[in-house]
Amino acid sequence: MEEYVVTTDKLTKVFGNFTAVDSLTMNIRRGEIYGFLGPNGAGKSTAIRMLCGILEPTSGSGRVLDYDLVREPEKIKQKIGYMSQKFSLYDDLTVRENLNFYAGLYGVNGTLRKTRVQAMVDMAGLRGRENELTANLSGGWKQRLALGCAIISKPSIIFLDEPTSGVSPTSRRLFFNIIRKLAGEGAAILVTTHFMDEAEYCDNIAFISAGRLMAVDTPDNLKRSVIEGCLVEAELPDAIDWINKIEALPYVKECSVHGPVLHVLLEHEQNIALLAEFTGAAIKRVTPSLEDVFIALARKTRSGN
Amino acid sequence: MNRILAVLHKEFLQMRRDRMTLALVFMLPLVQLLLFGYAIQTEVRHISTVVFDQSLSAESRDLLQSFSASGYFDINYTAGSYDEVSRMIDSGRAKVGIIIPPDFSRSVKRGEPAQAQVIVDASDNMVANQAVAIANSIGLIKSQEILTRLKNIGGPPYDIRVRPWYNPDGITAYYMVPAILGIIVTMTMVIMTSMGIVRERERGTLEQLIVTPVKSYELMIGKILPYIALGYVQITVALLVGVIVFGVPVRGSLVELYLLTLFFITASLGVGIFISNIAKTQMQAFQMSFFFMLPSILLSGFMFPRDAMPRLIYFISNLIPLTYYLDIIRGIVLKGIGFQYLVGQVASLLVFSVVLLVMSVIKFKKKVA
Repeated sequence: MEEYVVTTDKLTKVFGNFTAVDSLTMNIRRGEIYGFLGPNGAGKSTAIRMLCGILEPTSGSGRVLDYDLVREPEKIKQKIGYMSQKFSLYDDLTVRENLNFYAGLYGVNGTLRKTRVQAMVDMAGLRGRENELTANLSGGWKQRLALGCAIISKPSIIFLDEPTSGVSPTSRRLFFNIIRKLAGEGAAILVTTHFMDEAEYCDNIAFISAGRLMAVDTPDNLKRSVIEGCLVEAELPDAIDWINKIEALPYVKECSVHGPVLHVLLEHEQNIALLAEFTGAAIKRVTPSLEDVFIALARKTRSGN
Repeated sequence: MNRILAVLHKEFLQMRRDRMTLALVFMLPLVQLLLFGYAIQTEVRHISTVVFDQSLSAESRDLLQSFSASGYFDINYTAGSYDEVSRMIDSGRAKVGIIIPPDFSRSVKRGEPAQAQVIVDASDNMVANQAVAIANSIGLIKSQEILTRLKNIGGPPYDIRVRPWYNPDGITAYYMVPAILGIIVTMTMVIMTSMGIVRERERGTLEQLIVTPVKSYELMIGKILPYIALGYVQITVALLVGVIVFGVPVRGSLVELYLLTLFFITASLGVGIFISNIAKTQMQAFQMSFFFMLPSILLSGFMFPRDAMPRLIYFISNLIPLTYYLDIIRGIVLKGIGFQYLVGQVASLLVFSVVLLVMSVIKFKKKVA
């Protein structure tokens, strides 16, 4: 039997006549990193807010740690950690004061508080800077401190809403190392992100577009299942000018720019020679990246609408 | 309970860090009181006066002597013509002109009404009212004196003795200082608390707080208590200034004053917290506080007597917490009365506090959902 900590059934949120989240059904296991991927305004944050019990769903149901989303939001709040892209820290409090404040709110007191605060300081790499004002910390440290505040009570589910926006690549990598460690200790982590390299860290990825769940699977399975056909790379000068011409070819499904090269999705492997002839460039078969998956899915959504 | 303590501790820490605001909290009562306590004098003395005495007699000198002896009129100029009097008043050098006709002395001696004209610059209402009233009473008193002398009777037929209770010398500071104290407290409380929740909303920390197990009433209590303490600090500073600098007598019980002040502080905080809950930005909150403060100052009875207000305005002034607090603080400080005379005022403030705070907690919950 699978041990799900989050389950939802047709969870829906409508604002006025705009459906932000449309019949979202998903399951999250303990110890897994579950990635929410999707363009801006796809409904990722709205979904997370419903799961945290701070936004009431319009219809559908869900359970978090066996508590009902609608009826027992306060019980859910005790058991989860939440961190938003704003790194909601108090700039005019020190590192330690911020941690102590959230420890107080979550009822982490006495010696437990001392060890937890120290553990969070160490995790954030802020040892020796405990009495520094948060305003003086730079992005990466703020981000890790915000995470520390969110997980001070050792929650079994951690919701991270675009936790890595605005921090350096080094800090992002450091952050995901922490996330993986937390998952290894048994916490379920739901994280939204724009970054494909971060998505690679996830055990499962849910791709959301226009409020609907388009696909859920492991990154590897997604690459295999979503991309139907043969993905190749074409090295062409003036790649942008070629897109329309290449897309017009009958055997080409998709064409997109990836840095200096073009990624072209062909119907069959046999089309490689035809494309090489047409463009006069070297054509190389490549394994699809998550970015290709993302583009393919986004295109499907658009044509589906 | 622990969660309230956590919020409380955090608020105190933030308050302590905000040196500028803290300094303001202490300086506000000091500066405002010193400034207004001295500046606001509704009693006008030493009004600059010009005299055109055409009689130049013992009688006219006697009348003028009465005017200057009253302390209200300073005879700074003597004019040689009616036009000169006009010019003096037009130019603003004199606010009052006294014109005594040539036949003044003769009329007095004959027992006929001796006329003297007093011109008052009524472009300044406050000065004019006072000058008119005092000039009239000087005329009456002088007439009585002469009548009594001529008719040889023991005294005037009526002898009305007025006793101004609670402030017999009419010292403006006595009733201004307690009122200013009320204004300072309500101003600080409303403005500071109105920023409280809105600031967290702007910074994004409110969203984080909502996700924690903290209940909305716990958050409100934790945010309010530090400001109550602050309110008491302000009142203490203001009272000390009032007593030491202006010699305001505190006739009632200080304990009672401090206890009843609590209701005023909570009512003001209620207004602030409520504003904080409906405003989206700190700027909006500030504007709303201002919108609330102006009528508080003008309609509470601080500036103008409420008895003179039109019915509608009088009704509106009932919706201002300061109105009730002015009764309380003037009552306790100047009249030395106690709770038994102030039950209505305290009850009104209590209603304000409860309604506003409950509405805020409810409104806050809705924002979360």
